[in-house]
Parts: sequence; structure tokens; C-alpha cells
Amino acid sequence: MDLRYSESDENFRKQLRAWLARAVPEHGEPPAINDWPARRAYDTGWQKKLFDAGYAGINWPKEYGGLDASLTEQLVYYEEIARADAPYVGVNFVGLLHGGPTVIAEGTPEQKARHVPFILDGSQVWCQGFSEPGAGSDLAALSTRAVRDGDHYVVNGQKIWCSFAQAADYCELLVRTDPEARKHKGISWLILPMDAAGIEIRPLPTLAGEGEFSEVFLEDVRIPVENRIGEENDGWRVTNVTLRFERGTAFASDMISLQKFVALLIDAAKRVTRHDEKAWQDAALRREIGHLSAELDALWAMVKLSVCESSHTGVPGLGGSAIKLFYTELYQRVCDLGMRLLGRANLSRDDVGGLPSQQILNRNLQSISLSIAAGTSQIQRNIISERILGLPRDPRPR
Amino acid sequence: MDFQLSEDQKALREGLRSFCEGRVPVDQLPELEKSGGVDRSLWSELAEMGVFALRMPEAEGGVGLGSADAVLVFCELGRRLIPGPIVWTHLAARLVPGAATGDCVVGGLDLAGADVNVRLVEQLEQIDKLLVVKPEGLFLIDSSQLAGEPVPTPLDPLTPIHQLRDLPEGQQVGGPSDAGRLRLEGAALVAGQQLGIAEATLELANDYAKGREQFGQVIGAFQAVKHILADMFVRQEVARAAVYAAGATLDDPVVGDVQRAVSSAKLNAGEAASKNAKACIQVHGGMGYTWEVPAHYYLKRAWLFESLFGTREEHAEQMAECVERATHATL
Repeated sequence: MDLRYSESDENFRKQLRAWLARAVPEHGEPPAINDWPARRAYDTGWQKKLFDAGYAGINWPKEYGGLDASLTEQLVYYEEIARADAPYVGVNFVGLLHGGPTVIAEGTPEQKARHVPFILDGSQVWCQGFSEPGAGSDLAALSTRAVRDGDHYVVNGQKIWCSFAQAADYCELLVRTDPEARKHKGISWLILPMDAAGIEIRPLPTLAGEGEFSEVFLEDVRIPVENRIGEENDGWRVTNVTLRFERGTAFASDMISLQKFVALLIDAAKRVTRHDEKAWQDAALRREIGHLSAELDALWAMVKLSVCESSHTGVPGLGGSAIKLFYTELYQRVCDLGMRLLGRANLSRDDVGGLPSQQILNRNLQSISLSIAAGTSQIQRNIISERILGLPRDPRPR
Repeated sequence: MDFQLSEDQKALREGLRSFCEGRVPVDQLPELEKSGGVDRSLWSELAEMGVFALRMPEAEGGVGLGSADAVLVFCELGRRLIPGPIVWTHLAARLVPGAATGDCVVGGLDLAGADVNVRLVEQLEQIDKLLVVKPEGLFLIDSSQLAGEPVPTPLDPLTPIHQLRDLPEGQQVGGPSDAGRLRLEGAALVAGQQLGIAEATLELANDYAKGREQFGQVIGAFQAVKHILADMFVRQEVARAAVYAAGATLDDPVVGDVQRAVSSAKLNAGEAASKNAKACIQVHGGMGYTWEVPAHYYLKRAWLFESLFGTREEHAEQMAECVERATHATL
């Protein structure tokens, strides 16, 4: 039970840290959150820098230009990215974490050549077209229809929660190709070029006021059959290949960033005055911060346990659901403390009275999505109770 | 980094588990109520298994293992609620002759940060020596010099308690830093036992939920019940990670702040033990509230463990200090 990073991990850390110390300040401040052209340029520009320095595709196979880093090197990578406040994947998220790995795993040589190198160097941005108004947690109930017409599919339907649709060149699209089959058996996985005719993008502002998500309406959109990944009606299996990449270290960088956020809260607590003393003098507040920190440390240890287990077995453990559930709800509790610490200063989403209202409020509002996205907390509890504890499955109508 | 159980550690855990399950099956817990706290033959068997000499160097007749191994052992002992001052005797292995071999049963009293008017000692009538922890050091008292009033109704039916009449000075066997180190090790080992309680109560509740039928189906088919059990699993895994990390950090302080790792373990495992024990009773419904269903033994022991080597409040305060220090260091 060894927690010590190896010498080669530490060397990797040293080089990465030195590079980040130069590259991060050079890249400048991130643009306004709803300025999509600027955000695309900022995020893809950073991806290009990672690519040029040899740090792109940390978990991608070497033969596709990735680093194929060991899982402990990946932990070092995420620790250093967060430590340096480096830009995270941003608009490259879907391509790097979903689309690219799926094309690598299931695509034809032509599909790989058309997409993989360009996702890696930041020149191709992807978005996700999975969820629909009628298919959220029950994703396989999706009804966007694709009908074969010669060497094209004609697609009609509506997608929702498409992250980065405004900035994307391609969309990973799930469609129903066989409405007669059982719901998991009639789905196909298509690559949709976002400049195709018949696509309408309507921004769906979140309660945090961000425009990251859109609804995408598809009307008689023609997609070449050669854009299909995997066999027709085999899209559900392909999707699960994708989802496997999402687990594991997906939240690692955010976890370290949350630890830094706690440090910011401590700093703020030393400056907030309440009843003629600093908030940090309040033992109850200190203990609450101590308690949350103890949980954050345990969370990071959980990630290390899970990563070391995966390194031996070669597959992500089932514990990923427990990590996701605990992480997202802990994140929300940390933010709740931040809101109470601010007192009346939480009425402003911009810094006020020398206090970091902006960061605390943005994090707090955004944190509400964490227990919903990528499998709600309730879905995670179902996964844990059914797949790990062996309890009866929920009734599953056709 | 290879933060998982080695093959040897898995074997160690399995050995302890099968011993405890054979020796103290869950349905025999009521029998233990009559034993008065320490069963001397069980004690010798624990000594033979190496429980007390576990971390003593092999050159001194010990097993030569580390704290990461010890937390696994105490997790197994906690799972079966093995009674008696096992943590204290283990901690005293190098301080008190005969402790390591099981010939001398060593109890303990932690006065660092405690209310000095509450001098409650577990198993006073069964112990041979009492190890007292004060901020200024460690003190050893022979049980012949101790007298106390038995508490008529102790919280934990398996742990008799006495209030000491007075506390002799005793013989000093360690200084302030020894006392500090012993409290850290003690907290990590108790956290191991708390993890064991979190595991055992999840197992009990899960088994019950799969067998008990209401409304024409097993109650474990209802989401309301499934989600209680899922939360128990999460608490167990959080506690496991924190406890293993505390063991590994005690063995190799290069990897982190020992105080911080131990406080995180005691806090998370304490929460997992008491919350899982309560949830276990809840899943059992009315029967969980009875004496005959063993769930209450776990809850009562969880509360007892909470009082040892620092409550969650004390460790939360410690954590805050550690985190603030680390924040300073990076600014």
C-alpha cells in the first residue's frame, strides 16, 4: 500500500511543471464565458500548445499521437494542471474525452484519418448530440430518427444539452435507425458535420447564465452513411465504449481545483468580519472547513485507490459511481459553505467588499449541474445498489 | 505508487477474517455479554495471530509489519466487534513486557484533551496494567493500584466500564512526543475498527434487504431502500480510502502530513461507522430496534469508538489547522 510517486512520475512532474510555468502566463486570461468565437480560439489555442509540447492526449494511445501515460502519470498531470491554474479542456472536451477515443476504438481507417489527428491538435472541435427532451437518464429511449436514403441517412429530431454546439465542427450523434427493435438494439452512432443543411442551434441558457448548452433541431439533415461509426443498430454498444473513457480520472483536475477553492475560502474567512471578529475565529466555521477538507483528502485517496486498481485489472472499477456521487455532493457542500461565509456579499456575482464573490457564486451555481450531468446522483445510487450490492434491478419496461 | 492491498495484505486480511468469523460469529454476540469484556483464551489466540506484536520489529520477537497492515487487521477485528482493549495492548506492545505475547492485558486512558472529571476506563477488572496518555507523556499504572466504581449500565453491552476513584501518578514510560505519536497511531487503528463496523453493518443491512418481503417483494427492490444502501457503500469506500491512506502515511511520512491523514481517517471512518450502524437499524425496521437483532451492538460500539483518540470535532479542528498551514506554505 504505497502512496509514493515513482521517480519517473516525479521527473514527469518536474518537466511538466516547468513547462506550465512558462506556457500558462503566456496564454493569458480566459475570455468572457459567452463569447464563443473567443472561447474556441482560447481553448483550441491551448490544445495546440499542449500538442506542440508533447502533452496532448494524456490517455490516448501512442500510435494516435497520444502520451499513453500511466494512470499515476495522469494523476500527476491533473495535479499540475490544477496547481498551475492552466486552462482545462474547455471546448475540446467532447472530442478529446468522447469522440476521439470512440473513433480510435471503433472507427474505420478513413474515419480515423479524417478526425483523430485534428481533434488532438485542437483544430477540430466536437459537440455531443446524445440526450433528447424525452431521453435523459433513459438515454436509450431516444427518438431522433434516421432513415436510409441511398448512401445517406435523412435525420429528423431534436437534441438537447449539446455542450459547445456553437463552437463545434462535428457532433457525435445518436439516432434511431430501427424503430421496431428493442430500444437498445435500434440505435446508430453518426458523425454529424455541423455545417450540414437543416441544423438549427438554439442556445439553452443555464441557471448560471452560461450558454454552454444548446438545443439542436435537425430537419431532413443528410448525413453520409460513411459517417457511421460501427454497424447500423450497434450504436448503443459503441456508446458504452465511449462512456468507459469518461470514467476513471475524468474529474481529477476538478478535485484538485476544489482543494484550492477551500484555500481561497480560508483566505476569505480571515478577511470577513462578523460580530467584531474575523470569521476564521469562529470554531464552528473552522471545523466545517476541517470536516470538508478531511472528506476532500479521502476523495483524492479514493481516486488513487481506484486508479491503482485499474492499473492492475486494465478496466475502470465499478467504484467510479461512488467517486462521482461523493465528489459532486461534496462539491455542493463546499460551495454552500462559501455562500454562507460571504453573508450579504453573496448578493453580487461580481467581487464586492474585497471578497471573491464572483468565484464563489459562479462555482456555487455551476455546482448544481454536477449531481445531474453524466448520470444523476439517483442513477449513480441505482448503479451502486444494483451492480455492486446485487439488489434487484428497477423495473425496465421495453 | 501502488495504493492497493498487496497479495500479503490480502492474505493477512483473509486470515483475520476467517479467524474472527469462526471464533465470534455475529449470532453469538449476546453470549459475549456474559464474558465481562475480556475472554483470556480469545486473547491468547489473538496474540498467537500476531495482533499485539504486529508492528514490533522481528528482532524483538514481533511480526515486523507496518501501520498499513495494522489498520487492515483492526478493520477485521472491528467487523466482528472483538471486545477488550485490543488497541491499547497493541500500542503498549513495546512499552509493557508481556503485552505483545498476550500475557499482560493493557488497558488505557487518554487524558489529552479530555474532561478530567470523567475517568471512565474500559474493562478495569480484566486488565493487568493501565496506560495513561497525558499531554506531558505516557504513564503506566499497575491494576493493583487502581480502584473504581462499576458503571451500572454501560452503553456498550460488551464493554464494562468503571469510573476510577483516583488516579495514581504511575511510572513514566514516554515523553510528550511519544504521547503524541501514540494518539495518532491509536486514532488510525480505531479508525480501522470503525471501517470494519461500516462494512459489517452494510453487509447485515444488504442481506436483510434481499430477504425481507413487504408489499409482495423484497424491500431491497424499492429505490427508497436501495439508495440508503448505496449511501452506506459510499461512506464505507470513503472511510476505506482515508484509513488506508492514514496507514500508508504513518509508514512513510514523505507522502503527506501524518496528522492530516490520521484526522481525515478518524473523522471519515467515525462518520461511516455511526451513520452506517444507524442506517442498518433503519433498514431492519422495527426489528432493528430490538435487542435480539445485532445491529445495536454495532451502533453502541461505534459511539464508544468515537470517544477514543479524538472525536470528529477534535479532528475537524486539527484538519483545519493542517490545511491552513499547507495554504500558508503554498502562498
